[in-house]
Amino acid sequence: MRVVVDLSRCQGYAQCAFLAPDAFRMHGEEALMYASNPDDAQRQQVLRAAAACPLQAILVDQLKGRDAPVGTSPS
Amino acid sequence: MTTTEAPDILPRILDYSNRADPYPLYAELRKTPVALQEDGSYVISTYRELSGILHDPHLSSDVRNLTHPMPAMQERGTPSFINLDPPEHDRMRRLAMRHFGPPHTPGLVTGMEPDLTAIVAGLIDDFAGKQRIDIVDDFAYPFPVTVICHLLGVPREDEPRFHVWVNAIIDSIDYNPKTDPQEKLENGVQATKNLRQYLGGLLELRHGHPGDDLLTRLANDNGPDGRMTDAEIVSTANLLLIAGHETTVNLITNGMLTLLRRPEMLRRLRTEPDLVVPLVEELLRYEPPVHIIPWRAAYSDISVGDTVIPKGSQIMLMLASGSRDPDRFHDPDRFDPDRQDNQHLGFGSGIHLCFGGPMARLETQIALTALVHRLADPTLVTDPPPYRPSPVLRGPIHLLIDQN
Amino acid sequence: MSTADTLQGFKRDGRVVIVGASLAGLRAAEALRDEGFTGKLTMIGDELGEPYDRPPLSKQVLTGWVPADGTTLPRRRDIDAEWLLGVPADGLDLANNHVRLADGRTIPFDRMLISTGVRARPWPVEAEAALDGVFVVRTREDAAGLQRAVAAGPSRVLIIGAGFTGSEIASVCRERDIPVTVAELAPSPLVGGLGAMIGEIAADMQRAHGVDLRCGVKVTQLEGDAQGRVRRAHFSDGSAVDADVVVVALGGIRNTEWLRDSGLAVGVWGVACDAGCRAFDLNGLVTDDIFVAGDVARSPNPMYEYRFISLEHWANAVEQAEIAAHNMVSAQADRWPHLSIPTFWSIQFGVNIKSVGVPTYADEVVVTQGSVADHRFVAAYGYHGRVTAAVSFNNAKWLDHYRRLIETAAPFPPPCPTPDQPLDAKPVPVDFPGPTLLAQGATVVVTGHDPGERRVTAMRQHR
Repeated sequence: MRVVVDLSRCQGYAQCAFLAPDAFRMHGEEALMYASNPDDAQRQQVLRAAAACPLQAILVDQLKGRDAPVGTSPS
Repeated sequence: MTTTEAPDILPRILDYSNRADPYPLYAELRKTPVALQEDGSYVISTYRELSGILHDPHLSSDVRNLTHPMPAMQERGTPSFINLDPPEHDRMRRLAMRHFGPPHTPGLVTGMEPDLTAIVAGLIDDFAGKQRIDIVDDFAYPFPVTVICHLLGVPREDEPRFHVWVNAIIDSIDYNPKTDPQEKLENGVQATKNLRQYLGGLLELRHGHPGDDLLTRLANDNGPDGRMTDAEIVSTANLLLIAGHETTVNLITNGMLTLLRRPEMLRRLRTEPDLVVPLVEELLRYEPPVHIIPWRAAYSDISVGDTVIPKGSQIMLMLASGSRDPDRFHDPDRFDPDRQDNQHLGFGSGIHLCFGGPMARLETQIALTALVHRLADPTLVTDPPPYRPSPVLRGPIHLLIDQN
Repeated sequence: MSTADTLQGFKRDGRVVIVGASLAGLRAAEALRDEGFTGKLTMIGDELGEPYDRPPLSKQVLTGWVPADGTTLPRRRDIDAEWLLGVPADGLDLANNHVRLADGRTIPFDRMLISTGVRARPWPVEAEAALDGVFVVRTREDAAGLQRAVAAGPSRVLIIGAGFTGSEIASVCRERDIPVTVAELAPSPLVGGLGAMIGEIAADMQRAHGVDLRCGVKVTQLEGDAQGRVRRAHFSDGSAVDADVVVVALGGIRNTEWLRDSGLAVGVWGVACDAGCRAFDLNGLVTDDIFVAGDVARSPNPMYEYRFISLEHWANAVEQAEIAAHNMVSAQADRWPHLSIPTFWSIQFGVNIKSVGVPTYADEVVVTQGSVADHRFVAAYGYHGRVTAAVSFNNAKWLDHYRRLIETAAPFPPPCPTPDQPLDAKPVPVDFPGPTLLAQGATVVVTGHDPGERRVTAMRQHR
């Protein structure tokens, strides 16, 4: 799955790192690092983490199928 | 925008007769976002003003910064971090967090998921053969109590002892010298002493003995911030014991009440397991367990909108009102778990954001999921149910249901 | 046909081309569809593959936790676009409204968005830049290469440039206990973005973590061995250091060369646009159909005396993209200005550094909360007696308050004490190296005499 965190909004409450510790990790007291494309096995934990963000700064992919042709070259 | 008009709204909110549905009164209150009361205190009730002041460094949680000391806060002993400001607050909270969550103990909450699931299953097993169940006494109270006792290292069998003290303490939080008997306050103060003495006794046995519970870990800590004093450990354990079981009980009970009032939502939850995650967030907005931060203090003059709250003033924060503010939430009186951008104030905000929030979330997600799956066609016996006295930690005292 | 009919027709079956298929381009495309644009949407990007997130490249990718190809951006929604990837845009014809690709094709549009961003500034000596072991970090290929080099356990990593990216890379290397030298021309790290006081704190942090920090020096030469591998760097103070990995972290170059002859107001500072993201032409006239968003945009900010500001900030790219998309499909009266207060973050040496506002737009700075010694504090920046920015080190939960101070032009220094105000808090000069508030020299010349004849011509820029 795909995840991005708007770290300019993140205030370091670490709610995500509590609820999905394999995908979200605190670096020191306040800085968040995360797995951008975590394994699907972590889906439930990541959804819990995203919902719990007090800033609602975690975006999880909303797409089921997608239109992007990976690696398409126009030539 | 500040005014002393309609001075009766807050007393009506605090009045027990309005406990079942304070929300229309909150809507009245929001017409004056920053309302000066007759006693000189200020009540803040709108989302924008609440979220602003919760991030305002001039707002103090330390009772010593009030011009007029609050009787309810006297003689309570060493303050816990909920009643401290930085840097003491930050140090104490860091020291406690070392043993509860990230960055030092990141997997504790998720690691308890199997235990939480098992406790819930056991409590529901005991429903067998009963047609009438009290969701509070049979489930929503014993579940988080068992969890917090296990986490802290407090013997579960001592619950009847400390339950009395905790109730007396909660009762005295909103003590009003004008309307309440002095006895209510004295009971609370005595209960605080008893509870602290009890926790102190448990702590004494922990020094020098390794173990996994929070009391033991705090007693034997040796991190970059040093170690809490015994008085600090007792005040921290006191806070976590009270908060850890007087709030989640309300969240779970409010959740069942909300679902039982909306059978279609209850059915949806059975077929959409992921729904419980945003549903609990919506509960935290719509029927939160903590409605009010009863007091904070203006450390120096605080500007809120066009109002200046003078230094030393007492400030009451109406969190549950803010989460129902139509200027922030579309159709705020509708329970909508599909709501986007749900930045509710259910756990507060800023540096005092609920310490145990992640545990409360997981407990409630697991509890509601199990209840809707295992209760057969449940119905409410009385609506509204009877409520506990407190306007601050608001929730039903009993929630009777029948299953068929 | 009325203007409203034209707009409805454009929303229904018009053609939008977005040049630059990274964060800003993707978010703009999603916002266009959210706004009800149902016409043809074309995404042009010079990199192959789906849009990905760049900030992790110097952090969790470099640590090896997240693979370099594992930062693909999530989607808010389907955008139903034609993707033309792997070939850069090469020119813009405003007379005929089409984009020219490097392979010669032309892509027509009714409206277009420029979101071509920036690329890493390479080491200026080409032969030295080509040595094995010399890296820049902008793309995922860059990051993958550097990650492999760092994972191989080099004897020393030299980082040229102690801005945010360079400092983050130094931090990751020190976490892995790799010897690190950081060379910075300015007196301290981060000084260009945050001023001298914060710069000194950043320098202390680097040295406390074992970085061999050399400030006020320039790297004069990168020396390679017979196999073409970098081995040593020479400094302007006559010293040298042996290093087998060199990271060139000298900031970015805005990708505007392809617009050089387009007639738009383009320069090293990006593409100038109004607060609604509409591009200016060379004469300073606003265009109707060309929009700009992200790192490449330079727009006037009313909060900062309408000065034109370019920001290489993640949130700015997202916000500008959404404003640009909205304005592309809106009538004049419904357009939005881009008015949000800039925000920025950096993670280094276990500290979360965040800023709000524009710290370079200041003459004084004061620590308002916390302890500098503990690296937990907030500092407020002021310009002519009002708050213009704030920076926090591991104290981000307070920054919202400072954002409100900036928005309300609150007085500087903040007059009311807080519980954790340092006792010796006094404003000091902010002290940026170089005239950051001043113009960087002429970019155009004016010709003609009559009002109907006067026109602006771009001067060729020197880099």
